[in-house]
Amino acid sequence: MAAVATCGTGAGSTGSVVAAGSKNNVTSFQRRGPRASGSDSSYSRLVSIAGTRPSVRNGQLLVSTGLPALDQLLGGGLAVGTVLLIEEDKYNIYSSLLFKYFLAEGIINGHTLLVASAKEDPADILQELPAPLLDDNVKKDFDEDACNHKTAESNIKMKIAWRYQLLPKMEQAGPVSSSRFGHYYDASKKMPQELIEASKWHGFFFPEKSSSTLNIEPCSLTHGYIKLLQFIQNIIYEEGFDGSNPQKKQKNILRIGIQNLGSPLWGDDICCMENGNSHSLTKFLYVLRGLLRNSLSACMITMPTHLIQNKAIISRVTNLSDTVVGLESFIGSERETNPLYKDYHGLIHIRQIPRLNNLIYDVSDVKDLAFKLKRKLFTIEWVQDNYLRQERNIYPPGFSYLLKQKDSAWGEGSLQHSTFLMSFLAKETAFASRLVRHSEPLEQTGSGRALQAAGPRLWRDGRRQEAPGLLVTPP
Amino acid sequence: MFPELNNLLNTTPDRAEQGKLTLLCDANTDGSFLVHHFLSFYLKANCKVCFVALIQSFSHYNIVGQKLGVSLTVARECGQLVFLEGLKSSVDVFFRAQAEPHPLQFLREANAENLQPLYEFVREALKPVDDGEAAWRCPVLLVDDLSVLLSLGMGAVAVLDFIHYCRATVCWERKGNIVALVHDSGDTEDEENNILLNGLSHQSHLILRAEGLATGFCRDVHGQLRILWRTPSQPTTQRDRSLTYQYKIQDKSVSFFAKGMSPAVL
Repeated sequence: MAAVATCGTGAGSTGSVVAAGSKNNVTSFQRRGPRASGSDSSYSRLVSIAGTRPSVRNGQLLVSTGLPALDQLLGGGLAVGTVLLIEEDKYNIYSSLLFKYFLAEGIINGHTLLVASAKEDPADILQELPAPLLDDNVKKDFDEDACNHKTAESNIKMKIAWRYQLLPKMEQAGPVSSSRFGHYYDASKKMPQELIEASKWHGFFFPEKSSSTLNIEPCSLTHGYIKLLQFIQNIIYEEGFDGSNPQKKQKNILRIGIQNLGSPLWGDDICCMENGNSHSLTKFLYVLRGLLRNSLSACMITMPTHLIQNKAIISRVTNLSDTVVGLESFIGSERETNPLYKDYHGLIHIRQIPRLNNLIYDVSDVKDLAFKLKRKLFTIEWVQDNYLRQERNIYPPGFSYLLKQKDSAWGEGSLQHSTFLMSFLAKETAFASRLVRHSEPLEQTGSGRALQAAGPRLWRDGRRQEAPGLLVTPP
Repeated sequence: MFPELNNLLNTTPDRAEQGKLTLLCDANTDGSFLVHHFLSFYLKANCKVCFVALIQSFSHYNIVGQKLGVSLTVARECGQLVFLEGLKSSVDVFFRAQAEPHPLQFLREANAENLQPLYEFVREALKPVDDGEAAWRCPVLLVDDLSVLLSLGMGAVAVLDFIHYCRATVCWERKGNIVALVHDSGDTEDEENNILLNGLSHQSHLILRAEGLATGFCRDVHGQLRILWRTPSQPTTQRDRSLTYQYKIQDKSVSFFAKGMSPAVL
């Protein structure tokens, strides 16, 4: 089971952790604020930003990605000032869903959004966001057992099964509480219009902006990337997310979402040609990261890496991003028919997690992760070992089975013993177990004196009889 | 700095060697702990350090440095450390035309030929002070990392030229050291990176190569470190000495052990 040490889903611990990192104290809980500014006043104002919490490990300010399951795998959330790169699945179904979760989380928390796309108008993207799961609906959908964890502390991880950790703590029925860190979304419903209108967002739709002139000399970046960088830098400066604008004191996070970066719609040809403009995308990522590091913002980028012809670019892009998550859906692949994966829709690979302000990082021990989109929830689970899973389907643990070991008589055993042999003995064992229960006293036919299970007639006349050997061959 | 790594390399801050090029290389894993080691090592050895940090911000190195016992802010204020923060300066260079040539000038240009502004910056930073007082011990150039320069549009030859110029100035003229990190892309065919890595390997005196384990992820052993001592100026009639250790990174230090001898296994 994954041993990720995270807090529960409550966000009540922000105050106590910040108190540990006072102005000149250099404990490991030192908050890393807007990285350019060294002013100590930034510490106090960062406490009260909605939708963020400090990381347990190093006091890093984290925001939720919109998927509590993914937050736990990334060590608590996405660090402010970093880039999360999602490698898209083949048909861009689940990556666009993750993109929408990220934006929806921003709206619920009241963050400012910046949506950039070359394919869809950002206004349309915002209309399609999933609705948050309200608390009274949640009670109907989840099991009653899970509801009883209302009074459990957030630290009971080993007792609860892994799956129950993903369920939210029950709170009083009411409107969606924005003080919680991660929220659950219903992919089948749309976000209410009033929430979208109440939110602050900026959209960048490349086909609309491509006609305006450049006021930067042409470097090797493509036109689209230059305009996008200028747009982002403008918003960060104008709205005061980097603390450099004296008129604006910003207490909010800017969530930047860039869709399908690197696709030909942005004017980049790395997906079309092997020897395309190989530096445009990497330069863009470098300057973007420079912008993010100095401001209160977090960015999610989806990139169709399966289309990039030159594999060297993918490794360079990975090195230039902070967190990299790859999605692989089973649609159209041979894994769709594999019985091991029949409950799941795809695999999720955590390719890179950054080591920020630290030599070590939070990494889960579980590497084989699969995701599925149930009616409403996007869950990520550990895919068990293939052999063991099939075994447990045929031979549920807790029962006892007859085992035949080489050259000896039948004996009774349970699943823990010689699991390996049982797959060879499937039919005979099942047969034999029925015979034990209903048979007449057995004659000894073999020569072995192996220990036998005590059958119903073994004790006869107060004296133990010889254990029978082989069973009577069934007709 | 990590005391165990000092023992393996047989150095202490007091008797640091001079005139050496050390190449740090990582393959399938993150080798940045080596950069943190050398940064704190040379700061403790009282050397003047010019750190070209292209991949992370100043506060990241500062916070890790404090865990290892050096304070980068103090070093920067008293002049021991010259820090070029790539991420922050790139934003300045990219969006605003600079009056004087900036070390990261190539970000603005479509076809930057060479890294001369960056070399000038390094040369200026490690200039020996002539005011008579006991200055720092020897100049050190630390680069994290060189593969980023390839991603930003420079060719492998331009980066090799830059290192060559820096070696001539820092190592030979001023008897200092250079430490540079290069990523090894492994089986992805990044030819430029391979050219850079091979070229630097032949020039360096010490190669530290951090590799991920061939068998995959392990919680107790984070990787394997190969240390190779070379003498590039002399013909290789004698064999280069090489050692291999496995390591586990902890919060404030890294522990090294012989292959297979992880404390978790024994």
